[in-house]
Amino acid sequence: MAIDEKTLDAILNEYPAKVKRNRKKHIIIRDSAVEHQEIEANTRTIPGIMTNRGCAFAGCKGVVLGPLKDMVHIVHGPIGCAYYSWLTRRNKAKSEDPTQNFLHYCVSTDMQESDIVFGGEKKLARMIDEVVEILGPKAITISATCPVGLIGDDIQQVAKEARKKHGVNITAYNCEGYKGVSQSAGHHIANNGLMENIIGEGDMEDPPIRYTINILGEYNIGGDSWEVERVLKEIGYQVQAVMTGNGSYEDLKNAHVAQLNLVQCHRSINYIASMLETKYGTPWLKVNFIGIKATIESLRNMALYFGDEELINKTEEVITRELEEIEPLLEPYRKICAGKTTFCFVGGSRGHHYQGLYGELGISTVLAGYEFAHRDDYEGREVIPNIKPDADSKNIPDLHVSPDESRYRLKIPQERMEELKTKIPLSYYSGMNVTMAEGSIIVDDLNHYETEEFIKILKPDIFSSGIKDKYIPHKMGIPCKQLHNYDYSGPYAGFRGSVNFARDICMSFTTPAWNFMVPPWKDKPLLEGTVAQCNGAACTVNQAR
Amino acid sequence: MLDCTPKEIKARSGGVINPAKTCQPIGAMYAALGIHSCMPHSHGSQGCCSYHRMHLTRHFRDPVVATTSSFTEGASVFGGVSNLKTSIKNVFEVYNPDVMAVHTTCLSETIGDDLPSIIKSTEIPEGKLVIHANTPSYQGSHITGFSNMTKGMVNYLSTATTEVKKEQVNIIPGFVNPGDMREIKRMMQLMGIKYIMFPDTSGVVDSPITGQYTMFGRGGTRVEDIRDTGNSKLTLALGGYASGDPAIQLERKCKVPAVAIKTPLGVKATDEFLLALRQAFAAEVPYELEEERGQLVDIMVDTHYHFHGKKVAIFGDPDILIALTEFVLSLGMQPLYVLTGTPAGTIGGPVGTFEKEVKSMLEQAGVDGKVKAAGDLFELHQWIKNGPVDLLMGNTYGKYIARAEDIPFVRVGFPILDRSVQPYLPIVGYKGAMRLLEMISNALLDRADRDAADEDFELVM
Repeated sequence: MAIDEKTLDAILNEYPAKVKRNRKKHIIIRDSAVEHQEIEANTRTIPGIMTNRGCAFAGCKGVVLGPLKDMVHIVHGPIGCAYYSWLTRRNKAKSEDPTQNFLHYCVSTDMQESDIVFGGEKKLARMIDEVVEILGPKAITISATCPVGLIGDDIQQVAKEARKKHGVNITAYNCEGYKGVSQSAGHHIANNGLMENIIGEGDMEDPPIRYTINILGEYNIGGDSWEVERVLKEIGYQVQAVMTGNGSYEDLKNAHVAQLNLVQCHRSINYIASMLETKYGTPWLKVNFIGIKATIESLRNMALYFGDEELINKTEEVITRELEEIEPLLEPYRKICAGKTTFCFVGGSRGHHYQGLYGELGISTVLAGYEFAHRDDYEGREVIPNIKPDADSKNIPDLHVSPDESRYRLKIPQERMEELKTKIPLSYYSGMNVTMAEGSIIVDDLNHYETEEFIKILKPDIFSSGIKDKYIPHKMGIPCKQLHNYDYSGPYAGFRGSVNFARDICMSFTTPAWNFMVPPWKDKPLLEGTVAQCNGAACTVNQAR
Repeated sequence: MLDCTPKEIKARSGGVINPAKTCQPIGAMYAALGIHSCMPHSHGSQGCCSYHRMHLTRHFRDPVVATTSSFTEGASVFGGVSNLKTSIKNVFEVYNPDVMAVHTTCLSETIGDDLPSIIKSTEIPEGKLVIHANTPSYQGSHITGFSNMTKGMVNYLSTATTEVKKEQVNIIPGFVNPGDMREIKRMMQLMGIKYIMFPDTSGVVDSPITGQYTMFGRGGTRVEDIRDTGNSKLTLALGGYASGDPAIQLERKCKVPAVAIKTPLGVKATDEFLLALRQAFAAEVPYELEEERGQLVDIMVDTHYHFHGKKVAIFGDPDILIALTEFVLSLGMQPLYVLTGTPAGTIGGPVGTFEKEVKSMLEQAGVDGKVKAAGDLFELHQWIKNGPVDLLMGNTYGKYIARAEDIPFVRVGFPILDRSVQPYLPIVGYKGAMRLLEMISNALLDRADRDAADEDFELVM
């Protein structure tokens, strides 16, 4: 069953009036007849409405900084924030020097009441000293949690002094949880810090090879980045830095040498992508390595950007070979998936990216949305100039960079750049909405109540979201695929990843466990038998088993 | 694995590395889930609520609902009054619980939001309740948070209404799994004593699949029962750290005598639990329980050579640790290291003697071990590097140390994120002790099998 405006209104009518007015703007029914469908996004969550959103700290330390493996990430605050962001995101990393891989460590200043009252700067400085002495990293980040900003600890100053004292790259991030309206604020804060203090710190001047690229907004969940890099390497690319899955301080500081920046997750990293273009003249290309068609298109666009025949040919050769490998493997899964429907609600890019892969398996997306995206992730980057800053977004400083005097280089001639822009998404993202089917539902910051209601009406065959809502559809008898952490599986990116994904969702469709949900006696009467004619007082019941 | 951890131990004072505790609010959220038809509410940034729900959901693999005041920078500067008022209105209108249990966070505590007056000045729908607990993340640990929210239940709900106390006992189970709560209730039924367990998360975070989702399931302690705790003749606080404070508050408020005993884990602590009940209610311990005890001791005797003399390191929450140390000692094992992240003196708590209590147990058994409160796993790992053990017991985070040092590992406590089923099955009572014993033996014997040369590989062990 589809949802029309009337049904939607009925759902929203259950809300208090103010909530209804607010939520109505965050939900649209896709209608391509309307020239431009606007959606509200990146605005305050309503208190008391059960959101899936997290905070700025989660976006900064948890998402962007956390995966950088050779840095120690100190969390300045009471214990919780460090604890919950410790090893919970599946950003995998491998290190040639295991004594410089700190991802298994959780470092917190564990602020106590006295630190809140008298300030925690001294404790933080001691923690930095101890980390340098005991763990010996080349770089350290400091992330602030809520009380730090409130009590006025100057973590930037502590970092500056420690940097001087130890001769180690130490940077601080004021990503207190109350900043902005979601994780998104934290992405921006982390982007600014990395750009300002790390990228460009290295002394490489030239790329090692012509096809040197960075991958931005790829966090190597379940090993996604490794699967993508396998294919890129075969074609002939060299990846300088991945931001930030399996990423490192060592690679990041020379990220300026890349000739092209790929942007996988637009929301979390577009700031760095834009700044790299301004500062070093490196264009960025919106890619999508989730799904077969999207992967192929991304690879072809990359080849077109460099424009060399040999690279174009090699790209086609690898695509053909990869397809030959995976197509027969996908066939049995397609049979299981055909005609099914899904909800696709994830963070900032997967809500869009996975729709293609689902589609290739025969599953159509009837509802999609993002947890913390902005309007441009829905409507395309052309709306950016029209987004009015509000009190919350104004609190996140924009970092303004200018062309680097010695390192700014046009990677391709201006004319060719303009021509390419008409063919491939260079420095552009079209957003999710245009790719969605007529009548499908687009929801920003989908909450618990709406999840339940939409499931009841649309009855999807599978629900894709995260851990907080995973077990709710399960109780309703609907499988749920976590697309934040892949239910501890993966990789799902690239060619081989699509087979893993197909295998895993088919497992969820076909696991025999669903058959036992209803006890066999539930639809059977307690007594079975025939009732004989009643003759006077004697009445017999012939019980059968 | 953990290759950056050096063997040499240096004194640290800048905080913790690899914590063995987390913050108060998650404990408060868990306790609040133990009230029937209750919405836990986190008064702070929405990240707190998100993190707590994630972690609880991962451990229980069941929906964990909770709402948040979703602070912005403005609220952090001007106070979260309107955020909480809006939340209360929305939660009752949209989700319709019977109770909303609000806990604070480090954010709302630092700015000093006055919850009682905000709640008092808010219109609450008829028949509905809002209770609260102060749970600043910069004091104590998740165990303190559990204790504080349970105390909040007493503050708001427990009432003495009868002249004479009723022949019933209040049981505060501590921060344990619903499987443990069910086992304690089973023992109570066998003892034939009327009881009120609060909080009680069984039926809330271990709910069955039915094809229908209901936000507030059958489980949780009913409000009228929590009210009635003020009329009971005794409160048994199982584990002083998580349960002692609310029991004492109940004694103060309603004159219900409080007795704090160990979490009934292992043969001795379970004996103590039953003895306390037997004495207070003149109820004989039934044959069923005596039989279970006898079976447990039978196994302990029959297989003592599987575990006797083995060195073990244990970490986790203080109440579980105290009882678990006692249990492994009764197995003849040697707990060389016992470490909790929770500080020894919980704020306002009745007990602050973790190290002393555990050390005296070790001394009595002649074991020369290290005991630490407010410790971290980085230090525990360094201890193990300096003096190896045969077995590690603790929550999931221990698996990294176990792998780094190649030692068998038994998962016990909170959280367990990488194995399933455990929240459903008990570690308390004689049955729970049997289960623990099986886990300990299996871990040690699997290792012996793995390491045995072909000629030493045994069929019968």
